[in-house]
Amino acid sequence: MSMLDVKNLSKSFGDLKVLKDTTFNVEKGEVVAVIGPSGSGKSTLLRCINQLERADGGVINVCGTDMLIKDQKGRTVYADAKTLRNIRLKTGLVFQNFNLFPHMTVLRNITEAPVCVLKEERSKAQEKAMQLLKKMGLESKDKSYPCELSGGQQQRVSIARALALNPEILFFDEPTSALDPELTGEILKVIKELAKDGMTMVIVTHEMAFARDVADKVIFMENGSIVEMGAPEQLFGDNASDRVKQFLTRFNS
Amino acid sequence: MTKEQLGALFSLMLQYVVPTMKIFCFTLLWSIPLGMIVALLKMCGFKPISWLTNIYILIMRGTPLLLQLIVAQHSVPYLLKWDKCPSFIHSLLDGVDIRSSGYTFTMLLIAFVLNYAAYFAEIFRGGIEAIPKGQYEAASALGFSRLQTFFRIILPQVIKRVVPASSNEIITLVKDTSLASAIPYMEIMYIAKKQVPTYASLTPLFMAGAFYFIFATVLTLVFGYIEKKLNYYK
Repeated sequence: MSMLDVKNLSKSFGDLKVLKDTTFNVEKGEVVAVIGPSGSGKSTLLRCINQLERADGGVINVCGTDMLIKDQKGRTVYADAKTLRNIRLKTGLVFQNFNLFPHMTVLRNITEAPVCVLKEERSKAQEKAMQLLKKMGLESKDKSYPCELSGGQQQRVSIARALALNPEILFFDEPTSALDPELTGEILKVIKELAKDGMTMVIVTHEMAFARDVADKVIFMENGSIVEMGAPEQLFGDNASDRVKQFLTRFNS
Repeated sequence: MTKEQLGALFSLMLQYVVPTMKIFCFTLLWSIPLGMIVALLKMCGFKPISWLTNIYILIMRGTPLLLQLIVAQHSVPYLLKWDKCPSFIHSLLDGVDIRSSGYTFTMLLIAFVLNYAAYFAEIFRGGIEAIPKGQYEAASALGFSRLQTFFRIILPQVIKRVVPASSNEIITLVKDTSLASAIPYMEIMYIAKKQVPTYASLTPLFMAGAFYFIFATVLTLVFGYIEKKLNYYK
């Protein structure tokens, strides 16, 4: 079953074409890593799918629901507000800079959306939040404020926050880029565990070894286009295109 | 001055604390929410509204509060005399007794509120604009509605950011209430000035000064405490 279908997605900022005819899909339980040089449109791709940017053209279907379609006249139209909201609740997004709510405790950060948006009972939401914190190895930090945590801990809280809404598909926008090198490991470990649980994920990352290790499919983007897409063995192997090889050598050196 | 005179003066002045407090409290009560609305209007994407709001703020901050108080006080009789005055305003104002103390206080309050709302609006706007974009994006990705985002995510953080600047403004208001004495409105400053020739002494002025000083100092301490309380996160 396809969890995400993106066809011919395009997006410009002024004259700059950030996404050109981007097409890919994600199957249930699949882990997709998106790699490529800075400014290649990886983050914009994620932001368009998560409704933080409005796409200019193309088709997006999330979990079987149309989000962006072409109508009979060929115009690009978004679904109505209610549908967009429902889609939003099926997707989770983890940011590079965590974006935790600084005025709330860790527990409150995780329970706020389930309580306010999904109208869950607070006690139930808290119970679930504590389970998530335990999974993240942070069960003792529920009463802490984000500013009291390390970057890696904050990122784990933000993953728990996204998981609290039971998303069908989870997106990561360079989840380790704002972290010290020695803290990236703890995040990668959490993502690996989620992959083992069968979570569908799309991860924009600069961690090549990690992408190779955890991804079922790797997408290499450059200048707003998908240059190559395939299994990690293919992209990281000898048969990869020269451009991908060139990009990877720079990372490995 | 004898002890009896001092006692009599003190109890006389004490009666005028209430009108001063009335100006202070009602101005805050109205100007803070109005200031928040003005701040949001100024940040509104629809340009004419944002420009109009900006002109209002410029006028309020660019002219003396004393002048605004006097204009407000004279506004009703002149509006009634004006032959182009819209009839609904005319009928609204026709029954107003401009000699009543209620009128004096109402016009005073309107001027104070409009003036202070402009200052608060600029403080609040600064506070709202200082909230990182990521907070809105995280809220949106989690499915919060716009109202939920504002009241649950943004506003609590804005409050913490604006407390220092707002407390400055509120302490200034304590002292600005004395401008009402020029209207005249019978508050502490008014009675102090009036008692100077009666007693042939500066003591009434010093008493008034002591009142403002104590009031402002108490507020300083209170806001210092609030700032500390809000320091539970960075």
